[in-house]
Amino acid sequence: MEQAFFLLLAVVAIVSGLTVVVTRSPIHSALALMVCFVQVAAIFLLLRAPLLAVIQIFVYVGAIIILFLFVIMMLDVRKEARTPFLKKWIAMAIAIVALLTGEMFALLLIGAQWQAPAFMLQSGEMSSVRDLSITLFTDFLFPFEVASVILLVALVGAIILTRQEAE
Amino acid sequence: MVPLSWYLALGAALFVIGTAGVLLRRNVLIVLLSLELMLNSVNINLVAFSNSLGDFRGQIIAIFVIAITAAEIAIALGILVALVRNKPTLEVDKVTIMKG
Repeated sequence: MEQAFFLLLAVVAIVSGLTVVVTRSPIHSALALMVCFVQVAAIFLLLRAPLLAVIQIFVYVGAIIILFLFVIMMLDVRKEARTPFLKKWIAMAIAIVALLTGEMFALLLIGAQWQAPAFMLQSGEMSSVRDLSITLFTDFLFPFEVASVILLVALVGAIILTRQEAE
Repeated sequence: MVPLSWYLALGAALFVIGTAGVLLRRNVLIVLLSLELMLNSVNINLVAFSNSLGDFRGQIIAIFVIAITAAEIAIALGILVALVRNKPTLEVDKVTIMKG
């Protein structure tokens, strides 16, 4: 049952991921990426990580994709739709992608012999948000604060970058 | 029960698709969207290992990845808007303003 759900989600995620890459219009691309992110959120639920699933929906689908859609609608993107793929260096790029594909799946096949310690959380048992937050706010307090400072810097930087020059 | 290797295969497949988008497309917006896809595929791996090893740290690193991604994309889109204001193109190989 769970495997059937995983296969369904994975197939939809991969198909929408391919749509992101091959479609011409950036709007279609962004919407396909939204579909892919929702599938990944459901996969996080299958992995018993409900907090990550919610964060995925809020941050990726609710913030990042919407930001992309705003920017796409702000800019005029109709010209670029005619020649979607790079012409220069395309053979080299395809070679790099093929090499990466081969390498990753070869490593997966080799690594399949190595068995991870079998501690999959059982079905129905979710990892508790309380334990996760206790770890986050004790062991990872300093990285947490650094991340908040980085977010603040990004906020200020984005405002400064996009500000119109005052006459 | 879904085996760990299935999640890893899904993560690898999405990562490769994202790499193809970054390397092959010429529209900056789609390059950025593909970059998001790559980061998200890494998150799948992190959470899968977190579940498999019974350790929260994978999930916590995934949370940090998401936070940094949000910062990165805000900056990237800010740079993009400033760039388009100066030179109205979205094609990656035409952005050569800083070339000497």
